[in-house]
Amino acid sequence: MRGDCMIHIENMTKIYRMGKVEVRALDGVDIDIDEGEFVAITGPSGSGKSTFMHLLGCLDTPTSGTYILNGSEVSKLKQDKLADIRNREIGFVFQEFNLLPRLTALENVELPLIYRGMPVHERRERAKVALEKVGLADRTNHRPTEMSGGQQQRVAIARALVGDPNIILADEPTGNLDSHSAHEVMDMLKDLNSAGRTVILITHDMSIASEAKRIVRILDGRILSDEVVA
Amino acid sequence: MNLYQLIKLALRGIIDNKLRSFLTMLGIIIGVASVIALVSFASGATSQVTSQLEGMGSNILNVNIMGRGTQTTLTYEEALELKNPYISGIAPTVNSGMTVKFMNKTYDTSVIGTNTDYFIINNRELEAGKAITEIDLENRARVAVIGPDAAKELGMLNPVGETIKIGGNNFTVVGLLKSKGSSMMGSQDDMVIVPITTAQRLFQTGGVRSITAQAASPDDVEAAKAYLEADLKRLFKDDEDAYSVFDQTELLNTVKQSTSVLSMMLGGIAGISLLVGGIGIMNIMLVTVTERTREIGIRKAIGAKKRDILTQFLIESSVLSGVGGIIGVIVGFVLTKILSTVANIPTQTTLLTVGVSFGFALLVGIAFGVYPANRAANLNPIDALHYE
Ligand SMILES: Nc1ncnc2c1ncn2[C@@H]1O[C@H](COP(=O)(O)OP(=O)(O)O)[C@@H](O)[C@H]1O
Ligand SMILES: [Mg+2]
Repeated sequence: MRGDCMIHIENMTKIYRMGKVEVRALDGVDIDIDEGEFVAITGPSGSGKSTFMHLLGCLDTPTSGTYILNGSEVSKLKQDKLADIRNREIGFVFQEFNLLPRLTALENVELPLIYRGMPVHERRERAKVALEKVGLADRTNHRPTEMSGGQQQRVAIARALVGDPNIILADEPTGNLDSHSAHEVMDMLKDLNSAGRTVILITHDMSIASEAKRIVRILDGRILSDEVVA
Repeated sequence: MNLYQLIKLALRGIIDNKLRSFLTMLGIIIGVASVIALVSFASGATSQVTSQLEGMGSNILNVNIMGRGTQTTLTYEEALELKNPYISGIAPTVNSGMTVKFMNKTYDTSVIGTNTDYFIINNRELEAGKAITEIDLENRARVAVIGPDAAKELGMLNPVGETIKIGGNNFTVVGLLKSKGSSMMGSQDDMVIVPITTAQRLFQTGGVRSITAQAASPDDVEAAKAYLEADLKRLFKDDEDAYSVFDQTELLNTVKQSTSVLSMMLGGIAGISLLVGGIGIMNIMLVTVTERTREIGIRKAIGAKKRDILTQFLIESSVLSGVGGIIGVIVGFVLTKILSTVANIPTQTTLLTVGVSFGFALLVGIAFGVYPANRAANLNPIDALHYE
């Protein structure tokens, strides 16, 4: 275990309590992830992948254990500080795209920058550049409902990278896409990683996981294997 | 997220959901519109009544003589002797309906015989010419001051200097009254005023039944009234039914009080409907928060802080009530206009009424938006994201 990693996790446990039933969604996970890595986290449905991603993404806090992100202990941080980390350090890509239906593609991409308090002109410029990067320069004023699933996911990727975060967290990003769009999305994630960003990809699909440089397999909330590919 | 952006977004939400937004705002619209219309109506009525009452002069005491036995009236001199130290002016009057003739036109109007104090006490100013003088009274001069309505009916364009016939006698018109409009006591412009001494001859009844006195100051009204009553009592040998002394200030205050109570009551009732409108907004905002749980989750996931969500929803509810308030102001104006033209009711819409009702609407929107907004802001990002 090295303490100077970007992400250092020790004995992380997450327990959901529903009445008398206790679900150990994560059960003593230890992992270190370095800057610039491309990690796939895989496992069958219900194994705890999404729970893990939520904790990694500071959307939720663990029941016990240590999570040090960029040198600070996440569980000790206040809500607003966590929001700040989500805004600046992490870009999320979800299976369900999670775009705001009432906003245009451009406005959706702008959103993280708005919460950062960036002036209109600058953030609009940056959002346009991000949309260009995912090949949607001609769709800036479309609303999500006017776009295909693949296009929507590309908007979501643009939104994830517009704030220039260190970490891209993608939870089943190809789960709702046809194989062609899935391929495009994977290529984009690979490009982002080549550009130096840490990409953490969550998927139950081994063929997709195999595109990463490191594959972590979990089952019942525990890490089964953790291997570097190629 | 800046304010402008948030307001724009909220407005877009309203436009995207036209029917629902309209129904949500309806309570506020009705509330604001009815506050404006009702208060405009009430203050219009109030100011009309008070201006009429004030037009009658201030600190005025009216004496009416009913009489006792054979003494049914007072002489002019007796009436003047009723003056006491608290009275600044006293105007005995006699009046009779008479036919007035000018050139070949005749007109039936009220001819009032009185003295010089009458003009001061009743705030009668002159449009042209002069009032009746002491010399006119002494000489029983055949001079007249004519009201604008009577002059018009007689077709007199420049009445001053003309000669009119009252009951067959020639009178020289020396003055034209300034118009005062009509009051509860009828038109104040349809009359001819002559010296009381002249009138007594003209009417062939010399008795004074009506006296108007003015107290020197509001503080003197009571004392003036007491002295008047004492003198009258003596004059009529303790028969208190033979006369009455009436204090107009009392009437003025009663009317003022009841009209202000009226406008407060109307405003209050309308204010309650505004409050109900606010509850409607809270209701819809709560529904909105539930419906948009997922949106809130997404916003939080990408970095929205509690305060960002709180302001977003607060702004939405204030924009809802603000837009409703603006529509309400417009509807209120239209309603007031209709009320005043169709029903011929005097109205008075002040900036204060509009400002207060709009401000109250906005306040209601914010106040009733706090709870839903707080609920939205406190949602856990994960729970919000997973909400279906
Ligand atoms: N909010 C929750 N409340 C209760 N149990 C949950 C919750 N989220 C996940 N779980 C449970 O935790 C386990 C792991 O779920 P999840 O992390 O979603 O797995 P995966 O993403 O790998 O399918 C499952 O048994 C699931 O039912
Ligand atoms: Mg999952």
